[in-house]
Amino acid sequence: MAEYRGIMVHAESAEGKLAAIATELLGCGRRLADDLGEELSAVIVGCGISGLAREALAFGADKVYIVDDALLPDYQTDAYVPVLEKVVRQVRPSILLIGQTSIGRDLAPRLAFRLETTATMDCIELAIDPGSKRLLRTKPVYGGNARAVFTSELNPQIATVRTKAMTPLEPDKSRKGEVVTIEAGLDPAAVRTRVLEKVQQEVEGISLEAAEMVVSGGRGIGSAEGFKQLEELAGLLKGAIGASRPPCDNGWVPDVLQIGLTGKIVVPDLYIAVALSGSSQHMAGCSGCKNIVAINKDPEANIFREARFGVVGDWKKVLPAFTEKVRELRAG
Amino acid sequence: MAVNIIVCVKQVIDPEAPPSSFKVDEAAKKVVPPSGVPPVINPFDENAVEAALRIKDAQGGKITVLSLGINLLREVVKKPLSMGADALILLEDEAFAGGDSWSNAHALAMAIKKIGAYDLIFCGRQAADWDDGQVGSGIAEILGLPSVTVARKIEVADGKARVERVTAEGCEVIEVSLPALITVSNELGVARYPTIKGIMAAKKIEPIVWKPADIGLEPAQIGAVGRKVNLEKLYQPVHEGKCELIEGESPEEAGVNLALKLREAKLL
Repeated sequence: MAEYRGIMVHAESAEGKLAAIATELLGCGRRLADDLGEELSAVIVGCGISGLAREALAFGADKVYIVDDALLPDYQTDAYVPVLEKVVRQVRPSILLIGQTSIGRDLAPRLAFRLETTATMDCIELAIDPGSKRLLRTKPVYGGNARAVFTSELNPQIATVRTKAMTPLEPDKSRKGEVVTIEAGLDPAAVRTRVLEKVQQEVEGISLEAAEMVVSGGRGIGSAEGFKQLEELAGLLKGAIGASRPPCDNGWVPDVLQIGLTGKIVVPDLYIAVALSGSSQHMAGCSGCKNIVAINKDPEANIFREARFGVVGDWKKVLPAFTEKVRELRAG
Repeated sequence: MAVNIIVCVKQVIDPEAPPSSFKVDEAAKKVVPPSGVPPVINPFDENAVEAALRIKDAQGGKITVLSLGINLLREVVKKPLSMGADALILLEDEAFAGGDSWSNAHALAMAIKKIGAYDLIFCGRQAADWDDGQVGSGIAEILGLPSVTVARKIEVADGKARVERVTAEGCEVIEVSLPALITVSNELGVARYPTIKGIMAAKKIEPIVWKPADIGLEPAQIGAVGRKVNLEKLYQPVHEGKCELIEGESPEEAGVNLALKLREAKLL
């Protein structure tokens, strides 16, 4: 029975380029591969994606597997799981890294059960145990209140990795490596779902994930109207607005603005949290930011344990004065 | 056209309990349940129950709630009945303790096989304890069913489900043939409160309790023994950082001082 060897990364792509998460996984994978003295490969799945192989090599892969097929432009469980299964059975990587993304959250568990192995989801740290040489997978649990470290004897060792948790390498266009094409070999009848439509929720202004400043609101904002004040401040700072879960569940802001464990992960230079308690699930989305500023009337709110600066007070009084002063300072 | 739905729910430590009350016993690799804070149904599983009730409201059918665990409090696991579900089956036995997504998905799948006829299986997208999000997909894989994850809306017609699936940009609309398994997310909307009528009806419903032998589980497949992943360490991250509180004679003045402080810190 051939052994499992090497690190493989599932490299997602969007709009003709590797997604940021793919470059982050390659950076992480490179480190693990160097630690083990093994090869790092990338697998790119889609339609019209063959050109991305060079980018994957530049970001650290030694080898790239391409599965390019007309049945694969959109992610569907019944298409991608058998394709990844086929690639894994052929290449036999010891470690498979997947992004904790809309695709990864669906792909990794189903693939793990298909391969009768295990996946650990939403890892923020990965390392090789010096003794056993097995992958140590560290992930937040209990909403972020605790951390758990897992291993498994089964191969491949699958881990999904949180976005922005790992650092990409500087791309090196001179890096060379082998590019291998693998046929998808899919039976269209085996795909039991159909993608009817894709809907984009319109959000004006700067995208949350790109913004260097984020103004975020919680349950205490109380209404959609209240968020207009946050929009005003965000506009001044050339930043974006975000929210914890309750404003989204209550329909005050679009769901795509949810920051947290099951929402967006953001790492801006400045994060202003207004009327937001700072639950662990929310902090999972913004704790990478070194400069969190909190405005909350509850001195016991958890956000004050996470923030660098804070004001205990009613946001309806604090925020307008803060915004006006910011406007004045920026103008001067 | 009546739609029969099985909803899997999990009893968890209340995720809304203040983070300051959270404690880990590192030696035992277990969380110490906060005293005075009762457990709850996993919030995403409540969304799953709500999704099932909306279909029942529209088209009729039976909702069977299934829960695996130990020390299941009846007032907690009966909540879906008070919301309007029809039946409750508990996989409750010491042997089920300490399972991972593998042993748990396996037990739930065997129970679902025993339940027999269903059109849909709903699960919450992930549980608020291990935040793993694998059991739903695992059950679907074991049962050979199509699955759609993180749904915000589910409608059933002509033997198919039309599912709005949450994506980073908004959503995608997926059609899947039945029977299928769907995991549900909070974007579906707030779950309904139990009604007085529902609570009275729930009082009269006795949960059915199944043991491993009732669903044909081999001892090697169950709970901690059936795990495929090893928990090496469980710990609380060390909390550094001190918040500098900015004051003022009034909230407005504090706001002004905050802006000045951030300017001084070169953050503005």
